Amino acid sequence: MITATVETRENYLTHEYGVKSWLLTQDHKRIALLYLVAISFFFFLGGIFATVIRLELLTPPGDLVSAQTYNKLFTLHGVIMVFLFLIPSIPATLGNFLVPMMIGCKDLAFPKLNLLSWYIFIVGGVFVLYAMLVGGVDTGWTFYVPFSTSYANTYVIMTALGIFIAGFSSILTGLNFIVTIHRMRAPGLTWFRLPLFIWSMYATSIIQVLGTPVIAVTLLLVALERGFHLGIFDPALGGDPVLFQHLFWFYSHPAVYIMVLPGMGVISEIVSVYSRKKVFGYKFVAFSSVAIAILSFLVWGHHMFVSSQSVYASMVFSFLSFLVAVPSAIKVFNWTATLYKGSISYDTPMLYAFGFIGLFTIGGLTGTFLATLGFDVHVTDTYFVVAHFHYIMVGGTMMAYLGALHYWWPKMTGRMYPELWARLSALVIFLGFNLTFFPQFIMGYMGMPRRYHAYPEEFQVYHVLSTAGASVLAVGYLIPAVYLIWSLRYGKLAPDNPWNATGLEWQTTSPPPPENFDITPVVNHEAYDYSILEEMKVG
Amino acid sequence: MANHTLALRHQFDNIEQQKDASTFGMWVFLVTEILFFGGMFCCYTVYRSMYPSAFGHASNHLGLILGAVSTAVLICSSFTMACAVNSAATGAKDALVAFLWVTILFAAAFLVIEMSEWRMLYKEGLMPGFNFTYRDIDPAHVQLFFCMYFAMTGLHASHVTIGIGLLMVMAFRASRGTFTPQYYTPIEISGLYWHFVDLVWIFLFPLYYLIARHLQ
Repeated sequence: MITATVETRENYLTHEYGVKSWLLTQDHKRIALLYLVAISFFFFLGGIFATVIRLELLTPPGDLVSAQTYNKLFTLHGVIMVFLFLIPSIPATLGNFLVPMMIGCKDLAFPKLNLLSWYIFIVGGVFVLYAMLVGGVDTGWTFYVPFSTSYANTYVIMTALGIFIAGFSSILTGLNFIVTIHRMRAPGLTWFRLPLFIWSMYATSIIQVLGTPVIAVTLLLVALERGFHLGIFDPALGGDPVLFQHLFWFYSHPAVYIMVLPGMGVISEIVSVYSRKKVFGYKFVAFSSVAIAILSFLVWGHHMFVSSQSVYASMVFSFLSFLVAVPSAIKVFNWTATLYKGSISYDTPMLYAFGFIGLFTIGGLTGTFLATLGFDVHVTDTYFVVAHFHYIMVGGTMMAYLGALHYWWPKMTGRMYPELWARLSALVIFLGFNLTFFPQFIMGYMGMPRRYHAYPEEFQVYHVLSTAGASVLAVGYLIPAVYLIWSLRYGKLAPDNPWNATGLEWQTTSPPPPENFDITPVVNHEAYDYSILEEMKVG
Repeated sequence: MANHTLALRHQFDNIEQQKDASTFGMWVFLVTEILFFGGMFCCYTVYRSMYPSAFGHASNHLGLILGAVSTAVLICSSFTMACAVNSAATGAKDALVAFLWVTILFAAAFLVIEMSEWRMLYKEGLMPGFNFTYRDIDPAHVQLFFCMYFAMTGLHASHVTIGIGLLMVMAFRASRGTFTPQYYTPIEISGLYWHFVDLVWIFLFPLYYLIARHLQ
């Protein structure tokens, strides 16, 4: 009965047609879809590099690709996945789509700037792709000097400029969100009535705005140093290479939280709606996002325990890194407490949320191992570190991203995804992920160094397991790619509020009209108050 | 009043909210700019504390008079910018246009002075990467001083150039009568940007030209 109205109604997808209406759009919902297309491309590109890496590591000798090619493969995998997929993933697609809808306004504060951000992102991406096509880059995504400035014989400047440019897209998106969340909330929507996704997007934006300029200026200095050999980071000329590492990690550690905080916001939404309960300890969960954002700027030194940093500095950084566990644990415990005595349903987004909570916990706890000075020295630059951050970035962020994509898919496209296939792929991804990365903890602990294309035979069993897992994982990612595209044409038409959720985005039609709401909503209840829905039905 | 409603973009409820959002947006942008320059100020601080005598010695090669004059010019430009914002608020259109052009003129004068300083350093063989022939006391760390000097003043000069472009757009829009006492937010936020660019120089000048000049 609802579907009939959906078909006849004008919505943001149908009110204009043509390539021009998309490429010049200022509608945050369309820009979100532009980002979705772009980052999906980069995800599968980065995935191809990962596939070749895993195939090379199937056997101990370096037989599939040369060492030089291998270096380029892991560099491009890292650069593309970090800067062109994970950082824009949830903020630029779902954040762009949802922030104005969740706070009940017509668009972001600066729609033109939003479109400009997308173009800046694309230009940055084109620089990286160009560097890749003409010969690649082999410094690792960390661009450590003096290798990147003096010795690397690849396209460092081109890649660094690509990241520099893409960084401005991230800054401008963060700026847009901060202003929008501060100034454009619907009447009655106080800070403590905001959905927790908004809180986490706000915390993420703070990091984007404060951290990204520092990596931008650092990469600018690297490019200058490489182009003119100035000596800023060259010890032969009095410069200090460790200073580069300080500047690099001052951004790149907080960047990890740019990647995972939005995921945490997604999980808060999903856990609440599929257990039909308010999020336990709302204010604690909200403030823990802000706490993570603040602490993220105080822990960068834990990447430099073996880089000639003073031992006292290392002790302080070690202690501060442990502190991050506190707000992270608050979130995990509060999600669990939300589940307690909830009426839980196991729809696809909830399966991803369970995956996130479990894998993030493992990733987070191994993070505290790495914050421990003695243990870190033992596993620095081994697969233990690789496994740790993949548990956070793939097990955490990627799970949340897919969960969010499924959860809001009906709202974004007006179509339902096929539930059975979706549950199956969530399961395949969970199994494939663990099979890929859990063996890496073990071989890392045993001493398998990262970034090597050949290795001693005793590690082969773990590498074979890992490669097998990667194959399963690849299948797991391809299934949603197929059925989500399929659903655009053949999926069931989505009702306005398929999950009986309370957020403002569910109070409007699916897909939403061009200006989101016919009348500006007025909010007079807290977030996740499911009794409101009952009252609305009765009313 | 027609102008007034035309200037309200669809995503805002009213002109106050729009003005508020734009001004707040510019402040957030300036915070990112502080961090952007902050990375370089951080490098400067580290190297200055590592090699104080080389840095003190190197700063003697900078033209104190040129630096002082360019500082004065930039402070004047900030004053005329403030006058421009004030004219916009009171609806004095001709004064607004005039003050904007005077500000642009001061900004251009600043760039001319800065370029002559750069040219002088180039001739003296003090421009790393292009012409660095200095072989006196501690040349490696003197070179580091000039690396940081050119990187930071170069970044600042690029901001001045962007500022000139921005103010020219504002001057053209102002002469077409776009701005009214009800709607002059673009002038106000351009002013914020300009004062920020000025303020960065207020830090750069003493750090490069004044500190420890006695270390010959």
